[in-house]
Amino acid sequence: MKHATASFELGERVTRAVHLAVCGAVLVFLVAPMLVVIPLSFNAEPYFTFTEGMLRLDSDAYSMRWYRNVVEDAEWRLALVNSIVIGLAATAIATTLGVLAALGLANPAMPGRGFVTSLLISPMVTPIIISAAGMFFFYSKLGIAQTHLGVILAHAVFGTPFVVISVTATLVGFDQNLVRAGASLGGGPFLVFRRIQLPLIAPGVMSGALFAFAASFDEVVAVLFLGGLQQRTIPRQMWTGIREEISPEILAVATFLVVLALLLLGTVEWLRGRASAKPGEAD
Amino acid sequence: MARPLSSARFRAAALTLPLLAFVGVTFIAPLGSMLVRSFYEPHVADALPRTLAALRAWDGSSVPSEDTFRILATELRPLDQQRKLGGVATRVNRLEGGMRSTIMDTARALRGAEPDSWREAVIAADPAWGEEAAWLAVRRAGERYTIRHYLNALDLDRDPSGNIVAQSPERRIYVPLLLRTLGVSLAITVICLILGYPVAYLIANASPAKSNLLLLLVLVPFWTSLLVRTTSWIVLLQNQGVVNDLLVAAGVIGDDGRLALVYNMVGTLVAMTQVLLPFMILPLYAVMRSISPMYLRAASSLGATFLQGFVRVYWPQSLPGVAAGSLLVFILSIGYYITPALVGGRTGQLISNMIAYHMQESLNWGLAAALGVILLLAVMSLYLVYNRLVGIERMRLS
Repeated sequence: MKHATASFELGERVTRAVHLAVCGAVLVFLVAPMLVVIPLSFNAEPYFTFTEGMLRLDSDAYSMRWYRNVVEDAEWRLALVNSIVIGLAATAIATTLGVLAALGLANPAMPGRGFVTSLLISPMVTPIIISAAGMFFFYSKLGIAQTHLGVILAHAVFGTPFVVISVTATLVGFDQNLVRAGASLGGGPFLVFRRIQLPLIAPGVMSGALFAFAASFDEVVAVLFLGGLQQRTIPRQMWTGIREEISPEILAVATFLVVLALLLLGTVEWLRGRASAKPGEAD
Repeated sequence: MARPLSSARFRAAALTLPLLAFVGVTFIAPLGSMLVRSFYEPHVADALPRTLAALRAWDGSSVPSEDTFRILATELRPLDQQRKLGGVATRVNRLEGGMRSTIMDTARALRGAEPDSWREAVIAADPAWGEEAAWLAVRRAGERYTIRHYLNALDLDRDPSGNIVAQSPERRIYVPLLLRTLGVSLAITVICLILGYPVAYLIANASPAKSNLLLLLVLVPFWTSLLVRTTSWIVLLQNQGVVNDLLVAAGVIGDDGRLALVYNMVGTLVAMTQVLLPFMILPLYAVMRSISPMYLRAASSLGATFLQGFVRVYWPQSLPGVAAGSLLVFILSIGYYITPALVGGRTGQLISNMIAYHMQESLNWGLAAALGVILLLAVMSLYLVYNRLVGIERMRLS
């Protein structure tokens, strides 16, 4: 018995050391690629590799020229404006419709919940190339291909599953009696929503909206299929850059996007912390 | 359901209706439109209605009658004048190589001609019209409803008498590509499981502060733009890239022996694994968090070695997470497009890239649609399995 336990412990100790080494390597594999682009974006030379000067930390080997190029380039500026306009419009549509649907799905009386949920989530799991090809056929028929509207509608529908999922998560365990209580005290449906449900689901709504915005801000395939020259977004510009004239400008934009991702992640984590301290459940 | 609830049912359903309608118009209708494209091909049928009517009466075993030649010539003429012939010629050409130039040359040669024998004039314009094959191709291209895009997508064809036969070996590309896509997806799923399992275990059994920090590390790539991550892999893996530089500096390879790590299947595998790894780790972690470490202790006190304890006690309890993560990664990989398009080069392309090629380059939209429908069916059946095993409602984002 004692022997068995000792061998268990030895096995466990060896396994733990190997385990930590493996995990370290995997985490480096996950995170390091994004960190590599940051120093390279300050490269003074038009290369994608570390120059000798950069390795010697020579200050002449570093420069802001690629950032200046991006900021001064009219195409990148148009792309930024398009990304923001399309992202905000798509997020507004996705959030409004998604919150309403999540409220319906959270109601125990909802008929056919399983089927409706999988239908509403399906834009997230369908391969993007299929959605984009179908949208190209259908939106062309409607005459909204090559317009902002077409891209906005596509991004909105891609964003709705994120809103539905994250709002539904905050409504788990929501006591429908609170709604009935509000109604019995004379509150109309809108007042009940605004004063009782909205404060509870607000963190879920916010993180769903951020997910939807991030999804739109990173989406390139629908833009490739549905957008024309006037609908070029940041990912679309990067796509062209990666495929055709690879230049460190792309790394400068990539660095900007990494910082943006960190900000979005930080906000969502902060909201998640607030959501887990749900005030409504104690009531 | 009791009667008083019906108004509550109605209210709940009414809240979901706006989104259902929106998804219906902006997403489901486009998929339907693709489905229609895959079997409905009106272009040639609308352009050459009378020729096709004449060809339907034709037995197909000898060259058609003088009448058919005359009807074809008269139908080609207005199409040529309105510059609409190119679309027709391209579609017939997909069924019989060379027919594009046959049709275009014939229309050009017949401009203004009023011959006694249309048959001789047309065959003089291009001798291909003296063979049954050209006419069979026109007749088949004129089928308004057709399964030929599906046959094409499955590397099948019809012989002259209409039987379904296998495509000649050098033209079989889609089934091998589909199998390659499934193989690559399976490989990525297994690699993600091998890499993700230990990390999920570590996060699930760490102290709350450490586990939060580790989760953040997993979530950072999840939030970072896909294009940024793909760019990073090009920077790292290219010929003059960081990985090759390090290997040369370490003396593992010579400067002339730099490894081809990107713009091929290696690039696709490495970049897709990194992109999809969080989708494996997060569901694994969600399940492992609920497995008490006491079970392993109990196994040890009952005399099990660490390995026995893990295999017989821990692994079976983590299986729901393994299933959820693996299905998710597999579903996402078989439809992957962006990463293989950017880092896959010629050899690292998957089925999605072929769909994009037919959408944007060859403009064979019917074939693109048929390939899309086949891929969609594969994904939808896996999605149903996922829904049954895991439950779509338990899908979490963070």
